[in-house]
Amino acid sequence: MHRHVLSVLVENQSGVLSRVSGLFSRRGYNIDSLSVGETEDPKVSRMTIVVRGDDQILEQIKKQLNKLIDVIKIVELDPEQSVFRELALIKVKTDLSTRASVIEIVSIFRANIVDVSNDSLTVEMTGDEQKIEAFINLMNAYGIAEIVRTGLTAIERGNKVLNNTNKDEEV
Amino acid sequence: MNALKAAEAIVRCLLAENVDTVFGYPGSYILSVYEALRVLKLRHVLVRQEQAAAHSASGYARVSGKVGVCIATSGPGATNLITGIATAYMDSIPLVVITGQVNSSLIGRDVFQEVDITGATESFTKHSYLVKDATQLPRIMKEAFHIASTGRPGPVLIDIPGDVQEAEIEFKYPQDVDIRGYKPSIKGHMGQIKRAVKAIEDSRQPILIAGGGVISANAQQELIRFIEKTRIPVVHTLMGKGAVPTENPYNLGMIGTHGFKQANEAMNKADLLIFIGARIADRAWGGVSKKSLDDVKIIHIDIDPAEIGKNLGTHIPLVGDAKLILSEMTQRINDLNIEDWVSEVQELKKSLNESKTKVRKTKAVDPEYTIRLLSQKLNDEAVLVADVGQNQLWAARNFEDRAGRNFLTSGGLGTMGYALPAASGAKFAAPHRQVAAVVGDGGFQMSMYELGTISSNNLGIIILLFNNSRLGMVRELQQRRYGIISNVMLDKNPDFIKLCEAYGIPGIRVSNNSEIEAALDKAIESKGPFLIECKVDSDESTL
Ligand SMILES: Cc1ncc(C[n+]2csc(CCOP(=O)(O)OP(=O)(O)O)c2C)c(N)n1
Ligand SMILES: [Mg+2]
Repeated sequence: MHRHVLSVLVENQSGVLSRVSGLFSRRGYNIDSLSVGETEDPKVSRMTIVVRGDDQILEQIKKQLNKLIDVIKIVELDPEQSVFRELALIKVKTDLSTRASVIEIVSIFRANIVDVSNDSLTVEMTGDEQKIEAFINLMNAYGIAEIVRTGLTAIERGNKVLNNTNKDEEV
Repeated sequence: MNALKAAEAIVRCLLAENVDTVFGYPGSYILSVYEALRVLKLRHVLVRQEQAAAHSASGYARVSGKVGVCIATSGPGATNLITGIATAYMDSIPLVVITGQVNSSLIGRDVFQEVDITGATESFTKHSYLVKDATQLPRIMKEAFHIASTGRPGPVLIDIPGDVQEAEIEFKYPQDVDIRGYKPSIKGHMGQIKRAVKAIEDSRQPILIAGGGVISANAQQELIRFIEKTRIPVVHTLMGKGAVPTENPYNLGMIGTHGFKQANEAMNKADLLIFIGARIADRAWGGVSKKSLDDVKIIHIDIDPAEIGKNLGTHIPLVGDAKLILSEMTQRINDLNIEDWVSEVQELKKSLNESKTKVRKTKAVDPEYTIRLLSQKLNDEAVLVADVGQNQLWAARNFEDRAGRNFLTSGGLGTMGYALPAASGAKFAAPHRQVAAVVGDGGFQMSMYELGTISSNNLGIIILLFNNSRLGMVRELQQRRYGIISNVMLDKNPDFIKLCEAYGIPGIRVSNNSEIEAALDKAIESKGPFLIECKVDSDESTL
């Protein structure tokens, strides 16, 4: 079961999110994360969907997504040619004795501390999944009170842009 | 530009799409549209339950080749449509479904007769709209007809709040559609067509499998020409019935769990399977006992790329319109070297024809014999609508295909109660064609309310009711699976003749084979609606 990152351009309309997410649950496709937001064109939203499955399932997912009228374009992002990012907010349990060492790790990871209280620190960090996982693993030693993650968002490197001119009907 | 009420604009859009009949049932949140229908004199057929509106629109679409239109009010009206929409979706039938909705400001508050119908039907509509801005209605209507009828056809639902129907808009029906996310590919990829032709030329035992897509693409003639040029045998799925005339010497009939032995055998022997507009679902594949697909090549022609590779691995996918692809292939293909296969097919065809002359041993009516007789008596253009159950398979196996768009049934969903309303839709679409509905005692009771529609419009439909006092197909399954006598019987059936009489529909009860012919003659002569109830032995088997 491979992990694939799909970038999907959709009409920015109500109902689209439900159609896309409904399709995944209905057809039993595994979805790791889905993030969505407006693009440079306010009429178009871009979804980044992380799915798991073999090549045949991936092919079906792409074809079924393509059938949705509101889906404009789908591209599978090559990890080598793309930038993957996720934002996580992590509330770590701290006390006087541990706070300094947590802050040290935060700065090694180039993360930010966005809130401090008597017995916790809230860290904001962006990075690819591995970086976030690594940080979370280290924080486990101190105790994690809460984690919120946005799910992956991604863009291709270089001049390439994902434009919305035409849906490709590849087979 | 002229300003008018959105409800009137909706009806003007329908007229612009050459819609001549709308099937529906009114209620408070669709009344503005009903008033516009009345004023603009668009024919509205009042069914007796909304499910029938969708089935009738489907029957209408399948016989006319046009988009079928049905309308209903919000809430219960909309939910009653659901089974009909799903039935159409599974069989790729083009429908535009219009539902009323509560006023925009009330949506989401669970007010009287509010349901989220776009949400409820999301997984079995091709697309749907909840209209919030009346000015968008002409564009939405245009898009809906376009989406329903192009690519792989299917139902499109438009949900319109009451206040939106009442709004004043500047009306202009758009000429063109441009939906950036919807550009179905029509022309087949030339490289793939060449590869397919080459694979066919290299094969020794090729076979064509025609599905419903051949019919929705209007590709019957192109398929027949391809068969005549290449002499490749053809079999069909339940939905593909009618794609090729029964008497065509290369047609080996229906495949699948309830298909013909000869058709399944040809599938088993073939070294190249050419699927056209067939999704190869479990029931169609069921009669085929191919042990492995290792030494078989598969070509799959379909307008829907997502069908290719979904159920079976495919070597040569060919996305596009079957009509265009078939005529391109016919032009390109060279003579085939399949003499041995052709003579093998001739033998299979002979044995198939012989199998169709057998009469069952029964004191009651032989349903298969009845369908064959009906088929002989009806003229070439006749349409047969089959319900679901044993009656459906008796009909599918024995009704002779001569004209196209001549056999309708709920193939994908297997919806009991389909036949009566679909038959009335068929009759509205083609008043000059003879229409017969074959139905079981179970299925008849699922939509017998449509006797009202049939009678009040004096629709000349021959209703052939096979009364085995059982949910026959279920009875058979229970016996096979659990070895029991069914615990769900239809022993206390009503007197169907009297029931029809109450609606002013004449009928005859037939209790053995010798009485069938006279009854059929009488029914055909009558021109109006007519019931023939055939007493079928409760233990009669499907095959
Ligand atoms: C709406 C619906 N409910 C249940 C079924 C399951 N089902 C399939 S065939 C059948 C029996 C049909 O009985 P009848 O209409 O009398 O036809 P017969 O098989 O006896 O010819 C049933 C209940 C179905 N197909 N559709
Ligand atoms: Mg029955």
